[in-house]
Amino acid sequence: MTQRLLALAAALLAALPLLLGCARAQGGVTVAGSTSVQPFAEALAEEYMRQHPSAVINVQGGGSTAGIQAALTGAAEIGMSSRELKPDEQAQLVETVIAQDAIAVVVHPSNPVGALSLEQTRQIFSGQVTNWRAVGGPDKPIHAVTREEGSGTRGAFQELVMGKSDINPGSIVQDSNGAVRQVVADDPNAIGYISLGLVNEQVKPVSVGKVPPTHENVVDGSYALKRPFLFVQKGPQSAAAESFIKYTLSPEGQQLLVSEGLVPAKK
Amino acid sequence: MNKKLRVSQTEVAERAITRGLALIAFSSLSVLALITVFILREGLPVMLNLGIGEFLTGGRWAPSANAFGIMPMILGSVYVTLGALVLGVPLGLSCAVFLVELAPRSVAAALRPAIQLLAGIPSVIYGFWGLTTLVPFIRNTLGGPGLSILAGAIILGIMILPTVIAISEDALRALPRSYKEASFSLGASHWQTIWRVLLPAARSGIVAAVVLGMGRAVGETMAVIMVLGNAVQIPDSILDPARTLTTNIGIEMAYASGDHRAALFATGIVLFLIIMILTGTANLITSRR
Repeated sequence: MTQRLLALAAALLAALPLLLGCARAQGGVTVAGSTSVQPFAEALAEEYMRQHPSAVINVQGGGSTAGIQAALTGAAEIGMSSRELKPDEQAQLVETVIAQDAIAVVVHPSNPVGALSLEQTRQIFSGQVTNWRAVGGPDKPIHAVTREEGSGTRGAFQELVMGKSDINPGSIVQDSNGAVRQVVADDPNAIGYISLGLVNEQVKPVSVGKVPPTHENVVDGSYALKRPFLFVQKGPQSAAAESFIKYTLSPEGQQLLVSEGLVPAKK
Repeated sequence: MNKKLRVSQTEVAERAITRGLALIAFSSLSVLALITVFILREGLPVMLNLGIGEFLTGGRWAPSANAFGIMPMILGSVYVTLGALVLGVPLGLSCAVFLVELAPRSVAAALRPAIQLLAGIPSVIYGFWGLTTLVPFIRNTLGGPGLSILAGAIILGIMILPTVIAISEDALRALPRSYKEASFSLGASHWQTIWRVLLPAARSGIVAAVVLGMGRAVGETMAVIMVLGNAVQIPDSILDPARTLTTNIGIEMAYASGDHRAALFATGIVLFLIIMILTGTANLITSRR
């Protein structure tokens, strides 16, 4: 009996390295971080793996800071960030701008409001304007939806729209682009902001400062609410990781990102 | 000789197994110790830096501006939990009384597994149901954004039912048969017996059920994130969105770093203390019985 138990324990111990080994597939590249960048990285990885059948690119979410942490600790070869790096992070990491993304302000499709000035947008999200009537809509309360503290999208929105004003702490908070879109799609009185690439027919993007958030307007620079998408690495990585980044920056990779709704890294 | 050897072999095996099991039992305790030490090490410094009073009573949570006050979250947890108890306890208690005293054997046999099933549904399913059914219903009939304390309280009220039912059912079942017989022989009706004799006699078990249900409600995260709206404000009405201690951690951990991350661990310390107090209270009540 004892011997059998010992044998079992020995077998388990022997199997341990195998189990741990599974977490990091042979020759695989782990890409982790921003949920804003994630769907685009997945599209890139899918196409890349189709062309390189032996390659394994594993894309995970988690958030910009988690991605940067993962790159720093080596848990992922490539971290994804939808916010600029902080100085202490910049000192330790190599960053690659893979594309530019615009932030679209979105409302429910039934909402008659089609345009807001930058000032109006700021007043809505800071809680100074609380009724749609004040911006040309129906006499209904505004339900502002924002992202959580630390989110790359929120950071960019704070910088580009809010300036020194704070986002009203009473706003509804959701923890992903998709969740914000869902709340806005469900609530006729809601307003939120999401990555332009993720706008679909469930929500209506509004013009900010008279410029509609279209791809052309982002490319020519007239639409102001945009930010970089980053891949970050701690020093040079495996050949597989380098090859994936190279593909991302190639004309083909950039074309793929454009077709998914982003703006190329370089003009 | 041969026989003796065999006995000693069995003894050795016995001892090895006892030791082995003890080791495994202690290793699960050591996991608890590790978690406690880790949370304290990560969260305590920022809490002490800010001042524990400031951290607990501050009304502003804006990590990017270095403002870490968790009062809105403490109140959020309190409101949502109270709401869940108001809805869940009367329902759960009635259900337990029905199962123990009134239901025919066949009905009870069908109900009990159904209630256990309720406990087995993953919380994300409760949350998803709440988001797609309850939230629009509240928005359309009562107004507000729908994502609200009320939605959270209803979801949690349902989620604590299995805990409240199981523990108060046990408490009612554990009562000596003589209580009921004495009451009947004095001419009391069945309902009078339940209301005046059985429920008061099972009081400590029922209180334990409420306290453990409370612990379940305070600790729930996923379902609450989905229906509560997560606004960092001290709510004025049950139709306002709010944030609990658990959802504060759940919603912000992905992007948090530095002091922000430490403050989330500090939120965890507060949550840990609350749960410890609740579980301790429940144990005290049940052991006194």
